[in-house]
Amino acid sequence: MVSELTIDDVRAAIAERQTTATALARDYFTRIRQEDSEIGAFLTLCEERALTQAGRIDAMAAAGKPLPPLAGVPVAIKDVMVTSGVRTTAASKILDNFIPPYDCTAVARLEAAGAVILGKLNCDEFAMGSSTENSAYYPVHNPRDRSRVPGGSSGGSAAAVAAEMAVATLGSDTGGSIRQPASFCGVVGLKPTYGRVSRYGLIAFASSLDHIGPFAKTVKEVALVLRTIAGRDPMDPTSAEVPVPDYVAELEKPVKGLKVGVAKEYFGSGLDPEVRAAVEAAIQKLAELGCDIVPVSLPHTEYAIPTYYIVATAEASANLARYDGVRYGFRAKANTLSEMYRQTRDGGFGMEVKRRIMLGTYAISAGYYDAYYLKAQKVRTLLTHDFDEAFKKVDVIAAPTCPTPAFKLGEKLNDPLAMYLADIYTVTANLAGIPGISVPCGDNHEKLPIGLQLFGRHFDEATVLRVAHAYERSR
Amino acid sequence: MKVTDKDVAHVADLANLELTEEECARMLRDLNSILEYVERLSELETDKVAPMAQVSDRYGENNDESRQGSGRFAYAIREDVKDGLRKSLPHDVAVKNAPDTDGTFFEVPKVIER
Repeated sequence: MVSELTIDDVRAAIAERQTTATALARDYFTRIRQEDSEIGAFLTLCEERALTQAGRIDAMAAAGKPLPPLAGVPVAIKDVMVTSGVRTTAASKILDNFIPPYDCTAVARLEAAGAVILGKLNCDEFAMGSSTENSAYYPVHNPRDRSRVPGGSSGGSAAAVAAEMAVATLGSDTGGSIRQPASFCGVVGLKPTYGRVSRYGLIAFASSLDHIGPFAKTVKEVALVLRTIAGRDPMDPTSAEVPVPDYVAELEKPVKGLKVGVAKEYFGSGLDPEVRAAVEAAIQKLAELGCDIVPVSLPHTEYAIPTYYIVATAEASANLARYDGVRYGFRAKANTLSEMYRQTRDGGFGMEVKRRIMLGTYAISAGYYDAYYLKAQKVRTLLTHDFDEAFKKVDVIAAPTCPTPAFKLGEKLNDPLAMYLADIYTVTANLAGIPGISVPCGDNHEKLPIGLQLFGRHFDEATVLRVAHAYERSR
Repeated sequence: MKVTDKDVAHVADLANLELTEEECARMLRDLNSILEYVERLSELETDKVAPMAQVSDRYGENNDESRQGSGRFAYAIREDVKDGLRKSLPHDVAVKNAPDTDGTFFEVPKVIER
């Protein structure tokens, strides 16, 4: 019986010898084989690696040794984080046969803490998308309503938790790719502060906006996973030398007297009325828990999407230049080197990836750099300044995660701009680098989940998690 | 600013992409639609605003306003390590994913075309 298991349940059951990590891993693989043909969350399973790790945990339990914090916990990893000896594709055909020679730091830290890695999760190609329909393999279906998208780009990470095919997962978030699918699938997802979690081994999309973060069913589990993966890593020079608090212990501090900001810019036109009602009710609940609700203003919010799509695509055009067919991945047959580059990239990349490379290359090309890229970087300063000012008055800011619940598969596929607008409430946190969480706050009339988003100050995940935890418990 | 067919071809060339005729047409339409939306950034007066390239420009233990660029990332500075942070990948591992290799080098088609 694997459903409804939390991290603490797993660890306790193994420590008390009610089950073994090996039996549990086998149960999860059985469940994935039964359920995932209709969900599509996994791209690759790594049974050998999982069972080796489970065996190690079982040997520790049998010897009566103290178990590490994530002992035997079945987890899965978005396929944009490299795993030594386990195929890593970024959901792209250009990396279809890529077997990395090293582990992403976040993955290595999870495994060192006892977690059992079941496999690699589907996503939009190179994490570019908001619905997981841009996967070069197959789309992911939302476990709550299979005719709908799970969100994206970490759609597989959210769906695997929602469908009980993993206890916790890792995703990446460049413009909302953890929080938006968490909201669409009814699970908890956290994007930490930029620099909180090492990006070493994360396949780069937009380096100044990319973040790794956890998904789970509860805030406490997300706090546990964050505690495991956070902290300075010499392999990532942008990972910050800032101490990592005990996020789990911090959850129990009272929330009474904390100031919760509400910005009118996140409740404007385009917000679904049922989402608005659910988020407003959640804010009312925070008031009942003793938080002070304070109006704040984030006046540049309407400029966030255009800013984001220039900065993100400019960085992507540089990062994706490395896929040239020379050292790894797909190579097209050609007679000359330049033909090989072009044909490899033409055959290996999907349409959305090409579109973003084109947009980004245009924005940094001679004659357009100042008008687009430099302009966007300046507006990024203004957007960040908005948060600086707001956080002088409040401890967290509450908002919807997404303007609507999960949309239908195919609904926005032919309109890139409409798809980009699905990220309207999430991209700001990436541009400013502040932490943000999505926590379920009810369902609409079609039983589709709605997410409450909470933002915090740089490196203050503890307060964000604490408020989210208090809200979750009050429901 | 309106993107033209010529721009699409030029940018595809810069990006080492070989687009089909159909892809070029779609790209022309999509780039113009997205850039039209981006135009709204010009409503903002930004002459006196500093550009932000990195979140980490803004924090760090010795966040010193007088330092510029990467000098401000307190944590980007470390003592020299004689052998580097870690050993390089062994040769055979480094070429393992190569589409074409003789075991020592990555092999590619003819480089000099004329």
